[in-house]
Amino acid sequence: MPDWVSVDLAIQASYFVTAVLFIIGLKRMSSPVSARSGIMWAGAGMAVATLVTFLYPGMSNYGLMLPAMLIGAVLAWWSGKRVAMTDIPQMIALYNGMGGGAAAAIAAVELYRGETQGYATTTLAVAGGIIGSVSFSGSAIAFGKLQGLITRSVRFRGQQILNLLLLAAALVLGALVAANLHATPAVVTGLFVLALVLGLTMTLPIGGADMPVVISLYNALTGLAVGFEGFVLNNAAMIIAGTVVGSAGTLLTQLMAKAMNRSLGNVLFSGFGDTGGAATGEVSGSLKPIEASDVGVMMAFAQKVIIVPGYGMAVAQAQHKVWELARVLIDRGVSVKFAIHPVAGRMPGHMNVLLAEAGVPYDLIADLDEINAEFETADVALIIGANDVVNPVARNDKSSPIYGMPILNADKAKNVVVIKRGKGAGFSGIENALFYLDNTRMLYGDAQKAVGELIQSVKAV
Amino acid sequence: MTGIVALYIFMLAAFTGYEVISRVPVILHTPLMSGSNFVHGIVLVGAMVALGGAHTGLEKTIGFIGVLLAAGNAVGGYVVTERMLEMFKSSGARRGGNRTH
Repeated sequence: MPDWVSVDLAIQASYFVTAVLFIIGLKRMSSPVSARSGIMWAGAGMAVATLVTFLYPGMSNYGLMLPAMLIGAVLAWWSGKRVAMTDIPQMIALYNGMGGGAAAAIAAVELYRGETQGYATTTLAVAGGIIGSVSFSGSAIAFGKLQGLITRSVRFRGQQILNLLLLAAALVLGALVAANLHATPAVVTGLFVLALVLGLTMTLPIGGADMPVVISLYNALTGLAVGFEGFVLNNAAMIIAGTVVGSAGTLLTQLMAKAMNRSLGNVLFSGFGDTGGAATGEVSGSLKPIEASDVGVMMAFAQKVIIVPGYGMAVAQAQHKVWELARVLIDRGVSVKFAIHPVAGRMPGHMNVLLAEAGVPYDLIADLDEINAEFETADVALIIGANDVVNPVARNDKSSPIYGMPILNADKAKNVVVIKRGKGAGFSGIENALFYLDNTRMLYGDAQKAVGELIQSVKAV
Repeated sequence: MTGIVALYIFMLAAFTGYEVISRVPVILHTPLMSGSNFVHGIVLVGAMVALGGAHTGLEKTIGFIGVLLAAGNAVGGYVVTERMLEMFKSSGARRGGNRTH
């Protein structure tokens, strides 16, 4: 049918355009100036690909397809629009998991039908199915943890062995399906169940502090799964987009793990919070509380104040108040800078996004390498809900699980003020030696409320 | 598409992804992760094809779920990325201007 040949050519050409638009979009997103237009280029590519797919030869079930698209799109649109900026990381985890689940669903349809052509194609369908399933259930756990639905990190002896056994079993079933020896529906079902359980058991023991790395990893995995299913469906747009995300996400995951000075294997296979007990006993000194009015005076007469925001600022939605405080200080002639640790918060750049939302100009925001030498000349380092990223044990305590992680040298400032909700340890569960130093004072309370009091007391000076 | 051509596409796309990300400032890591999360929403076209070719009730059910999830990935990924990047633009634009409060 020459008719279908030309339609097919139009579809392939459109997918080609989509791939180009995606790559241009990602490229533009990697610079602050053009970032906003980047998502529009990519969005245009997605629209082209989606519309042209309706023309696919021999398609049916439009009565199911349109409602499914509508339900998924409306729910995601609604949740994405109303979520607070501080909760963005878990939404990325959620949407990413949905993509992984969709890739697994494609694999499931193809494998249950059992008509995939050839050994290589079936193998890729199986691989994409396993990876997509792991990403789906793993991202769901990551979402639950960041959303506060799952508060405990479940760990038990032999957990890694169980994970290995699950993976091995999934691979054996996958090999059976791929070799077309026993590709019965029961075996296919077993394959997906095992992969889904593996995603759960892999992610449950990982602590909240490591979630940025985990989300990034699952993002890369979903990309890879999409790329694999693209091979199965002979769909160039999926192959290219999936593979680009797979490799970009892998690099991003490495950058993040590097910022925490941990290998990916360490993140995935070591129970982070459990080892915190070792460092606890070695901290000496006491926690010295301070009143907001005293901190206000201290900062008002300082020459240089460095603010170190962390997850506590995000939780309290305090970014607007923090910028207000900074402006009050700047108006008094105090030099104010924001020091951002690469993994402060729950994703790299999380703090930058929040400060940008509050309207803080870029030139006041410095990253770790730029700012670390400046702490020695700072009169006050104001730590707002940050913990592990300013913990000096990372520098000098070899027994600490965070030993070797690059930290912000807040302890070198003349005075350190820590705004903190309570006396508990950080997300890693490690006691923070900074809090016990002679030049450190603790200002207890919710970050938003505490910073509000600081603004009042600085104004009152 | 023959296998070896597909392999070339895979290889070139992998390098492209690596290159695009390699010189990104830290402040854009979260938006970029979100943006790449949107890009793999292209799985939607695959889910549509899978559902479009489904025959049995089981295939149709899984296909339906697949399309629903994929649409969520694409739309949700777009919305949160756009919201994040919008703030970057406004803070840049406001930078040189006067603040009134």
